[in-house]
Amino acid sequence: MEILLLLGIPLAGGALLALLGGRRWAPELGVAASFVTFLAAVALTVRVIRDGPITALERQFFIDSFNVVLVTLTTLVGFTTSLFSRPYMRIEADRGKVTAGALRLYYAMFQVFTFTMLLALTTNNMGILWVSMEAATLSTVLLVSLYRTPAAIEAAWKYFILCSVGIAQALFGTILLYFAAEKVLGSGGTAMLWTDLNQVKSQLEPTVMSLAFVFLLVGYGTKVGLVPVHNWLPDAHAEGPTPISAVLSGLLLNVALYAVVRCKALTDGALGTPFAGNLMMGFGLLSVVVAAFLLSRQRDIKRMFAYSSIEHMGLMTFAFGMGGAAATFGALLHMTMHSLTKSAIFFAVGHAAQKSGTQIMDDIRGLIRTNPTIGWGLMLGAIAILGVPPFGVFASEFIILTAAMREQPWATPFLLVALGVAFAAIFGKVQPMVFGETTLPRLPHPPALIPVFVHLAIVLLLGIYIPPYLAAWYRQAAALIG
Amino acid sequence: MSLSGQLINVLAAIMLLIAFAMLSQRRILSLIELFAWQGVVLSLSTFIVAYTTGQSHLYFSGVLTLLLKVIALPWILYRLLHRLNIRWDVETLLNIPTIMLIGIALVIFAFNLAQPISQLASTVTRATLGIAMACVLLSFLMMITRRKAVPVVIGFLAMENGLFFAATSATYGMPMVVELGIALDVLVGAFVFGIFFFHIRETFDSLEVRHMEKLKED
Repeated sequence: MEILLLLGIPLAGGALLALLGGRRWAPELGVAASFVTFLAAVALTVRVIRDGPITALERQFFIDSFNVVLVTLTTLVGFTTSLFSRPYMRIEADRGKVTAGALRLYYAMFQVFTFTMLLALTTNNMGILWVSMEAATLSTVLLVSLYRTPAAIEAAWKYFILCSVGIAQALFGTILLYFAAEKVLGSGGTAMLWTDLNQVKSQLEPTVMSLAFVFLLVGYGTKVGLVPVHNWLPDAHAEGPTPISAVLSGLLLNVALYAVVRCKALTDGALGTPFAGNLMMGFGLLSVVVAAFLLSRQRDIKRMFAYSSIEHMGLMTFAFGMGGAAATFGALLHMTMHSLTKSAIFFAVGHAAQKSGTQIMDDIRGLIRTNPTIGWGLMLGAIAILGVPPFGVFASEFIILTAAMREQPWATPFLLVALGVAFAAIFGKVQPMVFGETTLPRLPHPPALIPVFVHLAIVLLLGIYIPPYLAAWYRQAAALIG
Repeated sequence: MSLSGQLINVLAAIMLLIAFAMLSQRRILSLIELFAWQGVVLSLSTFIVAYTTGQSHLYFSGVLTLLLKVIALPWILYRLLHRLNIRWDVETLLNIPTIMLIGIALVIFAFNLAQPISQLASTVTRATLGIAMACVLLSFLMMITRRKAVPVVIGFLAMENGLFFAATSATYGMPMVVELGIALDVLVGAFVFGIFFFHIRETFDSLEVRHMEKLKED
């Protein structure tokens, strides 16, 4: 029941907004839809905590403590992003950057995008997982190109082509997975259900499964933004509207990583070797290091934070690859923290760029004088994402690093150097933007930054104190995916 | 080998030939025709597999292929060419012999890659898995050697054909709900690409991909 609501509301909201999107209250309708979706997610969470994992509709949907964390996170950030995009997009429209038609497309597609992500998270069918990941790309392509500038069109084209080719690899991986499953479970619908596969995973043919995992990792990894298939990510983040950058970074990357982790669990069971984990650790480490060094060379603020997302996704991929209760716990916590913090940063960056009229960091100066709220939001966000205690990112990075120290000592120097380089780069660039000298006058419209501070407050709270039930919940999820 | 097995092998060989033909075809209109023919071959082979093995859901997916890949997609592409007024566009392709040689290398690679999986498969069509993979790789090669947006997209759609062929030859097709989902995605994707072509043309005054190589990693 909750699942139907969870998936039905964004879908219906999307259809409604596509039909009546021209009205003045369209943004409010979007906010309402996102809020009700969030409530449905909360109801679902309560039920999963009370009753344990549930399946629905002939086992086509499956909710356990791993994906329910992400469902709640996705709907929460979806809701706050819709709150943020209401004033943001209105200003963009007033400035003539988007047409009324584009705005309508934006509000409708935002709901459809939420729907595809929730479908990917809740489905039990590995084939439908693929279908919804591809649908997530399709629903955001036209949003990335919303401004119709040459750069935006190019970014969307790259995003479209790269992710489609990537996801085609994942389809081949899915076919191979089905091929291995069919031998054990027989042909038909149930051979693609993750729960069924999970029960017989030790009987799946190892050669096929390892080949399947390589394709699945490359395919979904393209969407996670793993180096070397990350090229679309900075462009799409920099050229699309900021609320879209926030949900791409905060949510879509998570969902793609979720798909990888689900596949890893099956592959591990079939192979009985750390093959899948090693691959993920390799890609993850490469992403962390490459992204950290590319960070310092960026001039565009949204590009810089896009590279920071690659770095953090790399870190999570590394931690999931390493496996074990502690590392997986850390990775899950980091997923939550990164989503909340990174979307908060993009909200602040969006307003900063909107007010300064540019995304080039050298031209954004003295935010603390022209607009203290934005200045503080950006500064605190940057500090939080860099892993300064007492923010939650520190806690999750600390858990991951100590686990790495114990399990994979060779990797820790790389991680520490990369984190250090990223720290220097981001802090060095954000500091003058916030505190530097400026000649710009104070700007008129007040910022709508409640979401930024709500997100940062949650991150701060979780950094200081993780409530026992939440910790138990994460631990349970970590035990599930091992 | 049974008659149906031989028929399927012949059809697979035709698939591969079409993939090579697409690689070197310079006229966009002919490219769409080749794409439609590939769909015909694909659905024919699906029907033969369905008939020999008695897997009734394969009839359905054969019909789906026929509707989507032989009728709907080529029609959408044709309408697009008409509306964009590029029906007689000819693309200059450099180094066709080199591309062909790379293509042959890819085919050998695909056969080697498919070898261990084919041996595990129990389907009558297992010998064609290598060809299916070769089609996927050749379409990929086509995507990266083309300079105009429309052929790149046709390459992408042809790649999907290859994947579908792989699914039929290795496993007698995916479960119905998944196949329907994939078909829906491909259809929506084609529409989105269509809208996108107009945006590209509006912005750059041409459909050349090189306009979209400006954003650099720096």
